[in-house]
Amino acid sequence: MAVICKARVSMLVAAIAFSGAICAVVPASAQEPIRIGAFLSVTGPAAFLGDPEQKTLEMYIERINAAGGVTGRKLQLVVYDDGGDADKARTFTKRLLEQDKVDIIVGGSTTGTTMAAVPLVEQAQVPLVSLAGAVVIVEPTKKWVFKTPHTDRMACEKIFADMRGRKLTKVALISGAGGFDKSMRGECLKVAGKYGVDIVADESYGAADTDMTAQLTKIKGTPSVQAVLNCGFGQGPAIVTKNYKQLGLTTPLYQSHGVASKEFIKLAGDAAEGVRLPAAALLVADILPESDAQKPVVVAYKRDYEAKYKSDVSTFGGHAYDGLMLAVDAIKRAGGTDKAKLRDALESTRGYIGTAGVVNMSSADHMGLDLTAFRMLEVRNGGWVLVKETAM
Amino acid sequence: MDSQWTQFLAGGLTAGSVYALVALGYSIIFNASRVINFAQGEFVMIGGMSAVSLVATGVPMPIAVAGAVVIASIVGLLLEKLAVERAPRADVVTLIIITIGASIFLRGLAQLVWDKAIHPLPPFSGDRPIAVLGATIVPQSLWVLGAMVVIVAALSWFFGRTLLGKAMLATSHNRLAAQLVGIDVAKVLFASFGLAAALGAIAGVLIAPITFTSYDVGVMLGLKGFAAAILGGLGSFAGAIVGGLVLGLLESLSAGYVSSAYKDVVAFLIMLVVLFFRPRGILGALQSVRV
Repeated sequence: MAVICKARVSMLVAAIAFSGAICAVVPASAQEPIRIGAFLSVTGPAAFLGDPEQKTLEMYIERINAAGGVTGRKLQLVVYDDGGDADKARTFTKRLLEQDKVDIIVGGSTTGTTMAAVPLVEQAQVPLVSLAGAVVIVEPTKKWVFKTPHTDRMACEKIFADMRGRKLTKVALISGAGGFDKSMRGECLKVAGKYGVDIVADESYGAADTDMTAQLTKIKGTPSVQAVLNCGFGQGPAIVTKNYKQLGLTTPLYQSHGVASKEFIKLAGDAAEGVRLPAAALLVADILPESDAQKPVVVAYKRDYEAKYKSDVSTFGGHAYDGLMLAVDAIKRAGGTDKAKLRDALESTRGYIGTAGVVNMSSADHMGLDLTAFRMLEVRNGGWVLVKETAM
Repeated sequence: MDSQWTQFLAGGLTAGSVYALVALGYSIIFNASRVINFAQGEFVMIGGMSAVSLVATGVPMPIAVAGAVVIASIVGLLLEKLAVERAPRADVVTLIIITIGASIFLRGLAQLVWDKAIHPLPPFSGDRPIAVLGATIVPQSLWVLGAMVVIVAALSWFFGRTLLGKAMLATSHNRLAAQLVGIDVAKVLFASFGLAAALGAIAGVLIAPITFTSYDVGVMLGLKGFAAAILGGLGSFAGAIVGGLVLGLLESLSAGYVSSAYKDVVAFLIMLVVLFFRPRGILGALQSVRV
């Protein structure tokens, strides 16, 4: 490395002042790579998010580089594992911004880790594409912050629209104690009125709870409940579903997009039959009609991911795919990595078709998805089927 | 109202039985060494996870359960041999710190050996709910309750009738006197880790079909079991059972009648109250000094 540095210095005398810092990380022959930073929850309680996200980023950056990179420059991924801890996420974001000097950040995996990074990227004026769900990330709109997944509010709206179609208006909520769960509960309470839905019961359970029969018994004892909605994430919803069956509750049960994975059916087993939930197209790539605009994208991603990692694709990895592709697309349109131009290019993304849906960003909408991005699914015979959309 | 009450009761007793089994593990090791083994929760995890992987390889359920208990016991014995025994002159606090380190190590190891996902275990005898007095319970709950009764009987036979059991009991009452009458207290400590690990593993296997299992399931169960042991009186076997059941019932009833948001708060609040006002727990022995 020292030799290379010397060569560089002798060639570019004018650049002496800062060449030391640069030549430490860059091979002299290549053009400087585009640095994509990421802080993901690869271990810890949100590992099921961060793990496929990291794998997805690694796989596609390798592919893009093999195909010659973006605007003639290679991509370089700098990824840190925050373990789902917001404090660590803040530290790693600082490191990405100050030491690694990344051009754009893709991450965090959770709403908590993302929100910890938001003030830092806003101050440093570096674009961030979050892979987390909650609506607070992009509402109010923050100049440098974007996100790829659907919001929990959209999930609530999709569910309530489906309930309205089935004439179910008295709904009981049961929610977990996690950030995702609480945020979704709040959003559902907010938009319920818009769909003529009355929330007649509102129960909760702890993050590591193993038995929700007490809460469900209370719901069972509440007259007039026509449907139950579980705002939850992780193992909780699977236990709720099993307990629901155990108690002999027969009203329709809705789960959130947070558990939209085969894992949920595996955990809840037979009890999952008949459960409805909103999910991204990726989950049902195989059964989407050929006419679906997203079909080619989601089928290709699913095939690539499953071939390389020999494990089922998850929507969370898809969020990382969208985050990376949105960034790459914006870099191309901005013609480089000037941060302000990159940000403007991200904001003017239109008609990008990703795993989450069709993305149309604007200065007021840093997510760019609408309700058509969600598909309403029902568990039948241990698999998913598409529910026929009811008129909005 | 009545059927709600029985439902809360059923849920509380099931959870309480598991807490009781974990609490028993704490008490056995505490008696042999005055050490609180904070790796007890990890034994629960190892039991559940081992059973899941054995079942996945096609082993029939009873053998998988036995295998999981054996694996956890071996881990428990190794923990004693490789970590605790290596520090013969360490005081109790140091040993406790060793067990905390061991629990973090075991949790990390589990992430590598297995994975970070949540795994289900098929129930022992189907999952068709049974109606009892207006409440519905899954058959697995009966397994949990039944296993606890069997284990209590087996333990009272072990401590009352066998030489090793009596030696362990004698050591718990007076370590020096036990040593003077020729009891090998080192062997007692060794056996106590194996026994505690086996009990933890049984709890882990029994509860996995109801609550699933994962590499970090031991953290919360370990803490709840500890709270149960404190509540009942650390070192008392009857206390561990009573503490576990009371804790499970209080949690379930508070979730049902007060607010489910405070379920965990109740468990740890009880632990603090007991530590402040009755440190020996409900059934703990009075620490009297005889001259």
